[in-house]
Amino acid sequence: MGSPPYFYRFTGRLLPWLGAVCFALVAVGLWGGLVEAPADYQQGDSFRIIYVHVPSAWMSLFIYIVMAICGAIGLIWHMKNAEIIAISSAPIGASFTFLALVTGSLWGKPMWGSWWVWDARLTSELILLFLYLGVIALYGAIEDKRLASRAVAILALVGVVNIPIIHYSVEWWNTLHQGPTVTKFDKPSIHISMLIPLLEMALGFKFIYLISVLIRARGELVQRESNSKWVSELLENP
Amino acid sequence: MNRRSLTRAFLFLLKRDMLISFRRRSEAINPLLFFVIVVTLFPLGIGSDTKLIQAMAPGVLWVAALLASMLSLDSIFRSDFEDGSLEQLLLSAHPVTVLVLAKVTAHWLVTGLPLMLVAPLLAVLLGLPGQGLSALMLTLLLGTPVLSLVGAIGVALTVGLRRGGVIISLLVLPLYTPVLILGSSTVQFAAAGLPVNGQLSMLAAMLALALALAPLPTAAALRLSLS
Repeated sequence: MGSPPYFYRFTGRLLPWLGAVCFALVAVGLWGGLVEAPADYQQGDSFRIIYVHVPSAWMSLFIYIVMAICGAIGLIWHMKNAEIIAISSAPIGASFTFLALVTGSLWGKPMWGSWWVWDARLTSELILLFLYLGVIALYGAIEDKRLASRAVAILALVGVVNIPIIHYSVEWWNTLHQGPTVTKFDKPSIHISMLIPLLEMALGFKFIYLISVLIRARGELVQRESNSKWVSELLENP
Repeated sequence: MNRRSLTRAFLFLLKRDMLISFRRRSEAINPLLFFVIVVTLFPLGIGSDTKLIQAMAPGVLWVAALLASMLSLDSIFRSDFEDGSLEQLLLSAHPVTVLVLAKVTAHWLVTGLPLMLVAPLLAVLLGLPGQGLSALMLTLLLGTPVLSLVGAIGVALTVGLRRGGVIISLLVLPLYTPVLILGSSTVQFAAAGLPVNGQLSMLAAMLALALALAPLPTAAALRLSLS
């Protein structure tokens, strides 16, 4: 996977399959979540927003960690593809974070009675969004893109060390968000008929990320290697 | 090369940076003036309700201190980058992390320490209860070095850019939040007469962590910016 032309061709062949799996997962998950799962006894139908909210909140952290790991690989072994995956992840991660915030606030209005509360998890999610925006801004500011992706990798690694500190300090500062319901060590306090669509959606979101990161990475790769032979060959006979 | 020469290099760099900022006194005093003015602006914006100002005092003081120390960050590496002495530093035989630590220490002595000394005066101005004053000074003593250390990473990443100033706030401010939360809440607790040993230990732990870890990415980022 180290060589750019091979990566480009391989992912090109992989993408339609990923798309099919992703479509199936999201379709089944949405059907299960929006139609089949029973309404919540307290929150009624508005709980159904968790099928978008929770997976995107999970993805927001997951992508940051992927970005830091790929950045580290790029820094240590100078692997071009890892650098490109790292920087291509940033806007997608920021979008998922934004989506988690927006859906959370849409849910919060009827449930908590306000669009926004200064609660621990909301605040750390907002700070995570700022971290993503910092990464994107830094990448945009440095003209030499190889240097830029290495600078971004350093920033992402610093962020990864800081995220737990930020999370716990904010948690300690204020807590109103409901506790975790899925990842509790004993039995999850969510009913199985609601849980299965949630897990399907979570898996589907992983595929959405995979597909969009590959598409972005392919674009970035072609742009960076625009002077190389394989790109000009690609342009002549696509 | 032995340990003594490393210590000497550290002290030499510290002395050099202190001397430079002493020669440019007016530049060094600007962040302090900024701090005083921002704190003065808050009561003007909020209104003269004494109770409200008193309740907001810890947060206002800490946010203003944070912004002031962020504004002065650029001076850690900028002028050295421009006149080429930063390149010489990286070429020296000593580990860059130690040299970075010397520069950050000098920066803190010039900006963080004065903030800490002026803060009680402003706290009295805002009507912070007397028992909160020592906590305010202690939290600033422990917290502002963390701000300088973490901020140095941001400066090192952006020093090669012509307009690094705006980006640096975007990079650094989210990383500052734990210090802000702990710092201002400690002062609030102390002003209410509650014990604050736990929070102070947490702040000290953050300082230890930042002292040990922050110079590493700073050094890596400096090498990157100069390559």
